Amino acid sequence: MKNRQQSALDNSQNIGISVDNLSVVYKNGHQAIRNISFDIPVGSITALVGINGSGKSTLFKAIMGFVPCYQGSVSLLGLSVKQALKSHQVAYVPQSEDVDWNFPVLVEDVVMMGRFGHMNFLRIPKSADHQAVDLALSRVNMQSFKHRQIGELSGGQRKRVFLARALAQQSQIILLDEPFTGVDVTTEEHIIRLLKDLASEGKVILVSTHNLGSVPEFCDHAILINKELLAYGKTSKVFTTQNLQKAFGGVLRRFVLSAENLHDDVDSRAVTVITDDERPVVLYGEKGSEKLIESQRYQSNTPVSSKNTATIQE
Amino acid sequence: MLLENSADKHGGISVFDLNLLLSSITIDSLIQPFSFDFMLQAFAVVLVISLPMALLSCYIVLKGWSLMGDAIAHAVLPGIVLAYMLAIPLSIGAFAAGLCCAMTTGFIKENSRLREDTIMGIVFSGMFAIGIILFHQSNTDLHLTHLLLGDVLGIKTEDLIETGLLSIFVLAILLVRGRDLMLFIFDPQQAQVTGISVKFWHYGIQILLALTIVAALQAVGMILSVALLIIPGACALLVTKQFSKMKIIASAIAMSCSFFGVYLSFYLDSAPAATIVLLMAAVFCVLFSFKLYAERQLVRRKIKKKHSVEELPYASNP
Repeated sequence: MKNRQQSALDNSQNIGISVDNLSVVYKNGHQAIRNISFDIPVGSITALVGINGSGKSTLFKAIMGFVPCYQGSVSLLGLSVKQALKSHQVAYVPQSEDVDWNFPVLVEDVVMMGRFGHMNFLRIPKSADHQAVDLALSRVNMQSFKHRQIGELSGGQRKRVFLARALAQQSQIILLDEPFTGVDVTTEEHIIRLLKDLASEGKVILVSTHNLGSVPEFCDHAILINKELLAYGKTSKVFTTQNLQKAFGGVLRRFVLSAENLHDDVDSRAVTVITDDERPVVLYGEKGSEKLIESQRYQSNTPVSSKNTATIQE
Repeated sequence: MLLENSADKHGGISVFDLNLLLSSITIDSLIQPFSFDFMLQAFAVVLVISLPMALLSCYIVLKGWSLMGDAIAHAVLPGIVLAYMLAIPLSIGAFAAGLCCAMTTGFIKENSRLREDTIMGIVFSGMFAIGIILFHQSNTDLHLTHLLLGDVLGIKTEDLIETGLLSIFVLAILLVRGRDLMLFIFDPQQAQVTGISVKFWHYGIQILLALTIVAALQAVGMILSVALLIIPGACALLVTKQFSKMKIIASAIAMSCSFFGVYLSFYLDSAPAATIVLLMAAVFCVLFSFKLYAERQLVRRKIKKKHSVEELPYASNP
C-alpha cells in the first residue's frame, strides 16, 4: 500500500486510470467487486484478467460510469469519471456479443459515431470528422470496407471497425472488452501491433481478456481479479504460477503433466502451461522430433503436488 | 354496347365524343374526393401524422420495442375515459396513461426477474381492462370504435391543429437529436461514453411514443396506430442496409399508403384507417416476396458462376 502511494506521488502526472478502494454493489444486493485499488500509468497496456463472474465487466462499467461506486472512487487522467466522459477521454471497444450486427449501419457510420463527441449538438460531421474517420479506417486497414454493412464482415474485421471507432474518437483512455474472441491470428497480431503503437503514443489501454497466452506478449501490466484484487503490477511479476492458480484454481478443470512424461533424466525443471481455453496440445522434445505429451486430468480442487510437475490448467 | 348505342344516336363523330366523355368522367371522379371538406381534412391529418410515425417506427423497430408501441397504445384508454369524466383535454389523459404504462413497465422490470415483453403484456392488458370497465361505467358519448379504430372522416379543425403541433414537436426532436437516439439504440455504452444520457433517452423514446400515439388517436385510433408505428420501419429495414435511407423509405411508404388508403376508402366505402394499414401490409408482403425472390436469384447466380468457371476451359473453346 505504501509503495503504491509512493509511486503515485512520484508520477501523479502519469497516472491514467486510478482506482481507489472501489466496491460496487448492485441493486439486488450482489457485491460484484470489493476494495479494488490500482493505478495504471499513461503509455501502458494493462490486461484485466479473471474468470467469468470475477467482476471484470463490472470494473469496466465502473470506469465508464455505468454503475455507481458503492465505496471508493475512480479517477481518469486526474479527472472524475463524469469530467473525463464530458471531455471525451474514454473510448470503448465492446464485446462482439454486445453488438446487433443486423443493424442498418455501414462501417463508416460506425466509425463516425466515435466523432459524435467532437461535433456540435446537431451531430453534423465536418470535413475534419471525415478525415479522422478515414485515418482511423486506414490504421486498421479497413478503408476498402467503408461502405459495407457491419453484418457482412468477418469476426476480425468487425473488431477492427470498432477499434477504428475508438481511434477516431481520439481519446486518451481506451478500454477493450475481450478483443480477441472470434478473431483470426493475423487480426490478433495486427491489433496487438496497433495497441503497442497507441501505448507508445501515450494512451492508456486497458484490455479485459481471458486469452492468457497473449497477455505477456503485449501487456506490460496485468491486473488479476476475482471479486477482489489478487495481484497488480508488471506482467512478469503478476503472471506467476501461484497468482494464476489463485485467479483460476478451483473453478476450472486442470490437467497435470508429470515430470516422468517430460524427461527420462533427473532434470527437475518443469513446464507450466496455463490456459482457460480448450485443453491444449503440448509437444515436447528435440526440435523436429517432438512428441505428444499426455496430460493427466486432475480434479479441480486437487492442489499441485510438487514443483516437478508441469501443470496445465484448463 | 355503349359504343354501338351512342354511335347509333350521334353518327361517326361519337367515338371522339365518347373518348372525351370517358376522360372527363375519369378526371372528375378522380378528383372527386378532394371536393369534400371532410376528405381534405382526412388527407391532411393522415399525412401529418404518418411522417413522424414512420420516422419513429425506424427507431422502434431497431430498438426491438414494437410491442412497447402496442402497449402504450392500449394503455391510453383509461386515461382518455378519466379525462372525459374530469372534463380535461382527452390528449392529456391519454398521454399521462401512456407514460404511466411505460414507467410501470420499467419499474417492474428493474425489480423482478420477468422479461420486459411479459411485463408489458400484463401492464397494458390490465390498463386496457380498467379502461373498458371505466368506459361502461361512465355514460359517455365517446364511441369506443372511434377510440379503437379512429375517426378520420370526423376530424375537427382543432383536432387537426393539435395533431399537427404534436407531429411537429416529435419531428423536430427526431431531426435535431435523431443521431443521438440512433447511437443510444445501436450501442448504449458508446452513447454513455460520448456523454449522451442513456437514462434520458430510455424515457425520452417512451415519451415520444406516447406523444405520437396521442397525436394519432383521432385519425387512426389506438389499434391501428400500432401498425403505423411498426410496418413502415419494418418494410424499410427489408430493403436497405443504411439507416438514413431507411428513414426516407419508411416515410415514403407511410405517406403514400396513408394518402392512397384514404383515397381508396372513398371508392371502396371502407374504413380509411383500416385501408391505410391494409395497404401498408400489402407493401410489406410485396417487398418481402421481392426480397425472397432476389436472394434466391443471387444464390442461383452464384452457383451458376461457380459451375461456369469450372467448365470454362471446355465451354468457351469453340
